[in-house]
Amino acid sequence: MTASVQERDLVVIGGGPAGLAAALAAKEDGIDDVLIIERSDELGGILNQCIHNGFGIHLFEKELTGPEYAERFIKDVMKEQIECLTGTVVTGLSREREITAVGQESGLLKIKAKAVVLAMGCRERTRSAIHIPGDRPAGVFTAGTIQQLINLDGYLPGKTVVILGSGDIGLIMARRLTLEGVKVQGVVEIMSYPGGLNRNIAQCLNDFGIPLYLSHTVVEIRGKERVEGVVVAPVDSRRVPILDRSFYVPCDTIVLSVGLIPENELSRMADVRLSSTTSGAYVDENLQTSVDGIFACGNVLHVHDVVDFVTRESWRAGKNAARFIKSGLPQCGIAVKPGKNVRYVVPHMVSGEQDVEFFLRASRPMGRSVLSIQPGLREVRQRIVKPSEMISVTLSADVIAKAKSSGEIRFELDERGTGQ
Amino acid sequence: MNTSDKRELICISCPLGCQLSVDVSDGKPVSVSGNQCKRGIVYAESEILNPRRILTTTIRIKGGVVSQLPVRTKEPISKDLMMQAMRELRKYEVNAPVELGEVIVSDLLGTGVDVIASRTVVKAE
Repeated sequence: MTASVQERDLVVIGGGPAGLAAALAAKEDGIDDVLIIERSDELGGILNQCIHNGFGIHLFEKELTGPEYAERFIKDVMKEQIECLTGTVVTGLSREREITAVGQESGLLKIKAKAVVLAMGCRERTRSAIHIPGDRPAGVFTAGTIQQLINLDGYLPGKTVVILGSGDIGLIMARRLTLEGVKVQGVVEIMSYPGGLNRNIAQCLNDFGIPLYLSHTVVEIRGKERVEGVVVAPVDSRRVPILDRSFYVPCDTIVLSVGLIPENELSRMADVRLSSTTSGAYVDENLQTSVDGIFACGNVLHVHDVVDFVTRESWRAGKNAARFIKSGLPQCGIAVKPGKNVRYVVPHMVSGEQDVEFFLRASRPMGRSVLSIQPGLREVRQRIVKPSEMISVTLSADVIAKAKSSGEIRFELDERGTGQ
Repeated sequence: MNTSDKRELICISCPLGCQLSVDVSDGKPVSVSGNQCKRGIVYAESEILNPRRILTTTIRIKGGVVSQLPVRTKEPISKDLMMQAMRELRKYEVNAPVELGEVIVSDLLGTGVDVIASRTVVKAE
């Protein structure tokens, strides 16, 4: 089957918070021909199933639920008459920005775009990604699947639950399951600190007296047809389970909240260079990837903990995609590198010609710290540092320009007073 | 009897999750530290006197493009009422269409707080 090739200015792949913001920003900057392609039947992405509140505090100074947050942007997209193809899956993307997509109503599509914004989001790590030994019974779900089953489909997955991993979605689901009458036996976390935000420990676990087992892991899943229980063991400082201190917890359901992975299959097809640390693309300050005219933003670029930051980042991606279409973008010659105690910094390249907001994550929890941006560009005091909480810092063009001679900016975290 | 003690709280007002320390005397908050903004003080005081939370859940909806309508309490309600509120809300079913912000249950459990739709649901074609 062949399809004639359509020419479009901007194609945004993904209609979640990242895609919606990028499309709106490009439209605002004068790109009239914008197309959003969304895999599911509705715009809004994962926000549709995130019915809890806590979205929008930074952007709107209000606590919105996921659907409320999404609807603000969906309404704007409708008002701006931005074209959206829902129920349509992008199956191919080339370096030349040729897109193949297929949908029940749209059929087979071939599109050649002047610019593409990658906004596909991320997906969850599964049981196979973390290697739990034991039987293979029914009843093992990822937290996001549970969230979809309860909040969108109206089903309860089980009666007694153990949650493995303390990511935010797992914590949120601990509360949601409890409210729906399910017994949550506990949250088991292999690290010595929680993966999710403090506020979710407080309002999702502590509020309901749900125990959090830090430095513990599930060493065995038991059950033939259906999960009957798990064996939990503490781990030593090298995260090796101490089996003679293990204990059995009966449950019919296991919920995994063990991390998210940016969904970059399309980026790989287009030869977009990916980072092994973030699993997302290398981007410059314009959110442009290693391939000209292909931009990335939101959770497909790096996993964010707050949607407001996704919106802000994606807004810039949309603006810069518009600039690329109209006049092209300047080269970025200064490399951005993570230094001591910093796991990653995004973006990876900057020019010194414009202000840039940097997003970074620490590699370990730290107390009162100083974030120093080398060579001697700035020092920012941090009250407390956690890998689960992304740090954002904006540097002005003239400050960044000071690094032109060295060609490199390095972000380092030091605990105050200890030099560690 | 005069009792005073210190309560450690995690502020849930925003994703920063500040560690708050509250001096409590006779069950009343006297001073708050550890907060980075005014919301921390408001949260700590309310948490000591009458802890309250926004409740979010779903209600069955008929004839719409989706089968579950996400809803929320318009204002926070007492933490102790959460499970009772859930039992009450299970009794409800609504028909599409529903507008974002529409009142689905008014005056939930006599709290004076309404339960509102947190999305628009159009009718299924």
